[in-house]
Amino acid sequence: MVSEQVVLKMENITKDYYGNRVLENVSFELKKGEILGLIGENGAGKSTLMNILFGMSVISETGGYQGKVIIDGKEVNFKNAFDALDAGIGMVHQEFSLIPGFTTIENIMLNRESLKYNFLVEVFGSRLKTLDRTDMKDRAEKAISALGVKIDPNMLIAEMPVGHKQFTEIARELDRKNMKILVLDEPTAVLTESEADILIQSLKRLSDLGIAIIFISHRLKEIIDVCDKILVLRDGKTVRESPAKETSIRQIAQWMVGRNIEEKKDEVKNEKKLGDTVLKVENLWVDMPGETVRDVSFEVREGEIFGIGGLAGQGKLGIPNGIMGLYEAGGRIEVFGKSLEMNVPVKALKAGMAFVAEDRRGVGLLLEEPIDWNISFTVMQAQNKYLKSFIGGLVKWRDDKKISELAKEYIKILDIKCVDEKQPVQELSGGNQQKICLAKAFAVNPKILFVSEPTRGIDIGAKKLVLDTLKQYNQKYGTTIIMTSSELEELRSICDNIAIVDEGKVAGILPATAATEDFGLLMAGKVDESKEKVSAQ
Amino acid sequence: MNRLRQFVNKAGWPRVIIGFFLLSLFVAAPFAEVSLAASIKDTLVRFGMNGVLVLSMVPMVQSGCGLNFGLPLGVIAGLLGAVTTMEMGITGIMGFITAVILSCAIAAVLGWGYGKMLNRVKGEEMVISTYVGLSSVMFMCMMWLVLPFKSPAMVWGYGGSGLRTTITLEGYWFNIIDNFLAIKIGDFTFPTGLFIFFAVMAFLVWAFFHTKTGTAMTAVGSNPDFARASGIDVNKMRTISVIISTVFGAVGILVYQQSYGFIQLYTSPLFMAFPAVAAILLGGASVHKATITNVIVGTILFQGILTMTPSVINSFLKTDLSEVIRIIVSNGMIVYALTRKTTKVKS
Repeated sequence: MVSEQVVLKMENITKDYYGNRVLENVSFELKKGEILGLIGENGAGKSTLMNILFGMSVISETGGYQGKVIIDGKEVNFKNAFDALDAGIGMVHQEFSLIPGFTTIENIMLNRESLKYNFLVEVFGSRLKTLDRTDMKDRAEKAISALGVKIDPNMLIAEMPVGHKQFTEIARELDRKNMKILVLDEPTAVLTESEADILIQSLKRLSDLGIAIIFISHRLKEIIDVCDKILVLRDGKTVRESPAKETSIRQIAQWMVGRNIEEKKDEVKNEKKLGDTVLKVENLWVDMPGETVRDVSFEVREGEIFGIGGLAGQGKLGIPNGIMGLYEAGGRIEVFGKSLEMNVPVKALKAGMAFVAEDRRGVGLLLEEPIDWNISFTVMQAQNKYLKSFIGGLVKWRDDKKISELAKEYIKILDIKCVDEKQPVQELSGGNQQKICLAKAFAVNPKILFVSEPTRGIDIGAKKLVLDTLKQYNQKYGTTIIMTSSELEELRSICDNIAIVDEGKVAGILPATAATEDFGLLMAGKVDESKEKVSAQ
Repeated sequence: MNRLRQFVNKAGWPRVIIGFFLLSLFVAAPFAEVSLAASIKDTLVRFGMNGVLVLSMVPMVQSGCGLNFGLPLGVIAGLLGAVTTMEMGITGIMGFITAVILSCAIAAVLGWGYGKMLNRVKGEEMVISTYVGLSSVMFMCMMWLVLPFKSPAMVWGYGGSGLRTTITLEGYWFNIIDNFLAIKIGDFTFPTGLFIFFAVMAFLVWAFFHTKTGTAMTAVGSNPDFARASGIDVNKMRTISVIISTVFGAVGILVYQQSYGFIQLYTSPLFMAFPAVAAILLGGASVHKATITNVIVGTILFQGILTMTPSVINSFLKTDLSEVIRIIVSNGMIVYALTRKTTKVKS
């Protein structure tokens, strides 16, 4: 229940990173038991604000901040995260920080274990106290039950489903005695919908216990459901602070991106003329950990935008990775009627295909290198472009001038926000990094473009831009696009046909206009019924 | 004040501190009755002697193979080239050129095998390369005795078989590069040849990293998965980088020897890797990024200190501290750099 007691107040917080203002005069109040939804596009300053609250060392290393952080009426200035912990602030990060080989109890209790006295303590000091396992179990179970979920306290983290890991993280924060403020950074990003619902319920329960919560999420529906109050940031400034009840998802989305998001539904699709089959995949198997493809066959026609959907872990991501030769694969692939040699990435590139990988930071980018290198590298290596030849082609010299021109062109076309084309890509936000991945693929002039999870982890504004860019590219150059995504609505908004992958096999291929239920049935693995529907069409 | 801070940030504290230390040594030199001209000349010569060895670190660092602690392997290739040429009795500039050609051929073969081996131990390159260096030197300790060299200039006087630990280059190619176009001003000599040679070598490395292959190599070092997705054969690039590093190591030791005047066999290659590694780190390189500027700055600072401490500090303290300072600086620098390996700012 929300009481009138203010536990946290941040006043006029301002922060610069190397002369680049990322936060400006942000202020808010958090009352006991209140849930605050913190919303903003990537790069709006949410993480920086939380880093300041949490006393992270990045802040002091880059010159500190201006403004006041007041907890329980006292101004604080945390030197490091431990001070923040002592003051009763807990944080659950986007990435898990759990020890896989430890049980739930051990993870929750880590470094705060209940201890028992034994005689060795007299000799060697308190470090030699033994663990009081029964008490630890009680405490862990109490923390878990406060969340209203059931987790086996003796289960190893490594064996747990993702949702339980998330709950374990929260339980660990709850176990702290003076826990007053809990910060959750994108806690639902890795959860399924039903797990997310349980989490939301837990949060409400915690708020009843008097814990104030700061909830960061991209899923606006959750924010509306759970939060008492929302704070929308844009470009480091507070755009709106409002009670959650008085807003709607559409309104929040508008505040966030600062422009109207057009209604996309009911848009009449122009009947597109599709050409001949350009890609034929037969009995493809791919050995990609976590995304195994067992037996997949499909055909894609020229100019088509072909969607591959399905739940996480069912193998949809394995398909493009296998075709591009990045993971061990077998079967038969025909590109423009010619059979493709598999497991050799350069052959796939030379056959006119390009790939925007789902793992942006891992595979998609050279994080430490400048933008122009990232964009030009693949086209330079695979097609010998942007090179000057000397001594009869013996020496192939990099043409730095043309490379910068190429990068400048794409920075303009795709509206990539950066200082210049020499900036290392690790300094850019997620959305802009994704644009660079696209630019890299476009630069190859592909005839067939694979795009995997192009909108994962980027905000609404960038999402729309990425999807529009793909659509435009398809219309302008007739490029065949094969897009893999876990968001069905996204696929339906731009694809012509969509294949749903289930347990490493194609459960069915439907036109994008088919009813949502049909897709749902395919995803749920009810192959037989839906096949009938397909043939009935 | 602000500009000063910017400079310090850009150059890095280690370089500023050591730079000032070196400067103070030069200032103190006249008071210790050490000739400034001779000191500067010594520093320049030592820079030229060691420059190519330090340069040989760059390709492997850039391709993600880490610092080349296996430099002794390249050194051995250089030694083999040198003694074979002497055995053939070729002297003067032709002798030096023959030695370079022979060494490069041997280094290419050794580097190829070394590269293949490093491809099997990704992530542990620096540990494995240290052992490659150690074991190859130990193996050669036996081979120097067994190999059928006959030239009386090289084998032990008694018994008539097995190579000596130190072989003089007098009469072969002693100082052949040092004296090339050397400029004499009073008691100061500028070793023009050495600098031209280093400049050519540095240019080759610089040029290589501007080619398609060099660009691919940098990408492999920066993100091997990215490179593979762009159709690059990661292992091939790494092997090429190791071959180039080993070849430069071989050429480096030949330059070193012609200036020093002796070929040192047996365990002496062991003492080549650490100073070279320390010099490039001192120059500001990290375990996965190195530039020619790092090489030049690092070699000047490191060799400068090695030259100046024995003469200046020893004359003040009346004890031999130079060896202590050398070890502190070189090992300290390596430790400093290795601990900083993981400090990447997460955005």
